[in-house]
Amino acid sequence: MDLVAFLVVLALLGAAVWFISAPLRAEPEEEAGKTDLARAAEVERLEAARDAKYREIRDAEMDFRTGKLSEADHRGLEAELRAEAVEILRELDEARARGLQSGQATS
Amino acid sequence: MIVVGRACLILALAAAVYGIGASLYGARGGGTAWVASGRRAMYSLFGIVAVAFGLLESAFLRSDFSFDVVASHSSTTTPDFYKATAIWSSQEGSLLLWILLLAGFSSLALRLTRARLREVAPYAQAVLLGFAGFFAVLLLLFANPFAASSPVPAQGTGLNPLLRHPMMAIHPVMLYSGYTLAAVPFAFAIGALVARRLGADWIAAIRRFSLGAWLCLGIGILLGARWSYVELGWGGYWGWDPVENASLMPWLTGTAFLHSIMIQEKRGMLKVWNVSLVLATGTLAILGTFLVRSGVLDSIHAFVGAGNGIAWMFTGLIAVMVAGSIALVHGRREALRSEHGLDSLLSREAVFLLNNLVLVALCFVIFWGTFFPLISEALTGTKAALGPPWFSRYTVPLAVLLVLLSGIGPVIAWRRATAANLRRMFAWPVAGAAAVLVALLVLSDTARKPLALALFCFAALVLVVVGQELWRGARARGSMTREAPPAALVALVRRNRRRYGGYLVHAGIAVLFVGVAASSAFQHARDVRLSPGQSARVGGYQLTYVKPTAKLASEKVSLGAVLRVRKGGRDLGTLRPTRGYYPTMAPDKGPVGGIFDGQATSEVGLRPGLRRDLWTAVEPDLGPLQRFITQADRQFAGAGSNVQGVLVAAIAQRYVQRPPPATFRIIDSPLVTWIWIGSLIAFTGGLIALWPAPAVVRRRAATAARTGAAREPARA
Amino acid sequence: MGYCSEMDPSRKRRIRLVVALSVAVLLAGALAYTSFSASSEARSPSQLARTGTSGQSYQLTGKVATGSIRQQGSTLFFRVRDRAGSASVPVRYTGVVPDPFREGREVIVTVRREGGLFVGEKDSLVTKCPSKFTDKQTGKA
Repeated sequence: MDLVAFLVVLALLGAAVWFISAPLRAEPEEEAGKTDLARAAEVERLEAARDAKYREIRDAEMDFRTGKLSEADHRGLEAELRAEAVEILRELDEARARGLQSGQATS
Repeated sequence: MIVVGRACLILALAAAVYGIGASLYGARGGGTAWVASGRRAMYSLFGIVAVAFGLLESAFLRSDFSFDVVASHSSTTTPDFYKATAIWSSQEGSLLLWILLLAGFSSLALRLTRARLREVAPYAQAVLLGFAGFFAVLLLLFANPFAASSPVPAQGTGLNPLLRHPMMAIHPVMLYSGYTLAAVPFAFAIGALVARRLGADWIAAIRRFSLGAWLCLGIGILLGARWSYVELGWGGYWGWDPVENASLMPWLTGTAFLHSIMIQEKRGMLKVWNVSLVLATGTLAILGTFLVRSGVLDSIHAFVGAGNGIAWMFTGLIAVMVAGSIALVHGRREALRSEHGLDSLLSREAVFLLNNLVLVALCFVIFWGTFFPLISEALTGTKAALGPPWFSRYTVPLAVLLVLLSGIGPVIAWRRATAANLRRMFAWPVAGAAAVLVALLVLSDTARKPLALALFCFAALVLVVVGQELWRGARARGSMTREAPPAALVALVRRNRRRYGGYLVHAGIAVLFVGVAASSAFQHARDVRLSPGQSARVGGYQLTYVKPTAKLASEKVSLGAVLRVRKGGRDLGTLRPTRGYYPTMAPDKGPVGGIFDGQATSEVGLRPGLRRDLWTAVEPDLGPLQRFITQADRQFAGAGSNVQGVLVAAIAQRYVQRPPPATFRIIDSPLVTWIWIGSLIAFTGGLIALWPAPAVVRRRAATAARTGAAREPARA
Repeated sequence: MGYCSEMDPSRKRRIRLVVALSVAVLLAGALAYTSFSASSEARSPSQLARTGTSGQSYQLTGKVATGSIRQQGSTLFFRVRDRAGSASVPVRYTGVVPDPFREGREVIVTVRREGGLFVGEKDSLVTKCPSKFTDKQTGKA
């Protein structure tokens, strides 16, 4: 294999190794413990559930306005959905508070 | 530079192996730095593979025949555009394209989710790097794109002329994009199962990739069908070939998933079903790649003979994917329990569920038919194959049912729909369908094909439903925001991209099936043998063979005919189908015979129209010329290309002066153009659904709902 | 979430599941059953010459024998030989001839025995796109 090819491969290898190892060589940040990760994941899940619930409320409204749901049906459904949304928001606030607590404990 | 390419593949494999280790170590407690390092390994893999791909592509563009792949798939006389696309006409180049696309889409997915899904992403990373590593091993051990040719030939073999078509150039890229995009949701599903994080968030993260896979696969399938129709001398667009089926199966399960995902988002139901669909789509995508690349099933696309190393590698990978998927889903079934059940059979959930069952049934039928040779060999000892009639018998009724469901789904409400509401919503659509039914019964003989008739009525239902939805939606929005109807419509679609994009897809698919049904059930096809001056009658047309044509180009000889088309006495112009002959490189063929014994392609004479297509192909009879060809071969054996050119010109001249009868295939099929139109509509709808909603809209919606929700406790 | 499943809905659901599964199994069974009778067995030329019964359709796979292609009007006559071997059978075929059809190419054609000749089913001829890897040996200068 000729010199140019060898140098090119070496350069690629060096660049890749430097790039891949960068996070390992960086200043170690506050490592999130397992519980912190789990709490963050819980918050994510609830946020996604909340967004999905908002979308459901909007869709129910669209269904009502385009005539798929009668007024009575829509009112009942919307009440259900809003109650579910409030529940999710409450759980989300609790989860966020828990996350904050653990953050304060470790600092 | 060949060595650099090979070294790149080794580096890529090393990056994959390291990345898998780093990601798993980071997930098991090593910390986010290791996971980040694993993510960077994927980015690096993409960069390295891009360098390798660039090297190979530049070799093709420079016609560097020291690369064996270039020498056997390109030539200096190949046009530049096809030089660039010849790379994926080869086994090696296409595998390199696959790994490039996989690395690219994986890098994109990992970058987009780097701050979220911290428990799931490391495992997804490992799976994606695993796929990349697998393909790197294939490229290193079984299909080396960086093999040197010895000796270096002066001229390459050239690109298969059947592939010299812009659609065929893009078709593999689209299909591979679809397959690799399907790997991303697969990887995240595995990650979610392993990490037991099966809530709403992983689904939201992968939805776009599933939609992207669906769109790319659909476009790829369509391009293949269109190419088959306009390029091959056969006149059809779908042959139930194993490779065609291989790309259709993941598309079907992907479609099912895109619908059932909505049920999980809204009602927390069908979690096991959904995750199984995602895993199945990814596995079928790999299976599709396997069928094209390994030649295990007899097909016109088979690239290599059966029983080779690549086939075994793929079989192993698929076995691991299936076994792993089943084990994981079974092990996590507690976490996958549904939150709710089906409230009513008269609900959108029920219709979606039925739609899913139809789609999965379609996929099963196609799977069974495609793999039947292997199944029958395993069960009875002999390979037996099923032909298109068997496929049509089962897929057509299912497809008709699917179209009907796509008309009902958008109109039924979630959870439970009341009969009164249904009556109101279905008044116009049913009226539309009934009107179409009556019109077809009275004005045409469609009744002799009851399935086609049913399809036309159901398609009318779908179109009225979609029109009604757009109308009511725009009117509702207009009454709220005082916008003019056109502006209201645009704003409506912009703010509800998923919904209205989806409706547009339904409309497009309905139109597409109308085209398919009409062109299959009401086609007139004839094979006729005509001498110049003779005519044939096909459908409502009369075609006359006016005179033969011959054309010589740098790489091919085209012999064809001029056909005059008349309908009801009116002259509609001419069609000029030809057959092109590309010379073979075989040394044992004579200088003239070699021309006609190489590759042949058909140039179709097509008269497209909104109402019907007139399609013609010609097969010149070379029999009478054979004497002169063999004579010329003997007299001028071993002659150079100049003499060859003169001889070919003489033969072509003779063909024109004393034309023997030629065989024509003439097809008159109604509404074929609507297949292409319908698919364009469907893909536009898919793009709309894929497009991210403007951020402003999202915030406003969230605020409104939050304040509304906050008001709730007071009202309750 | 507060929506506990009572006895009735869950039993209803289980019944629905059982019904759906039974229907699926029945359909799959019907599918499998008809596929065996609708399929045509794949045979190589030597197998077909030995064991092919008149009137039954088979899927003949093999290579087009060199020098055997003859066109008579709109009918095509050719011989199909074993992939690895020289035993060949004569075929008479009318219908679409795919573009890649050439001597030495691999073909699949559904045939029915009529005396000593095998008649190909209309439009059932499939020719494999030539593999680049075997063409190298025969084709390159």
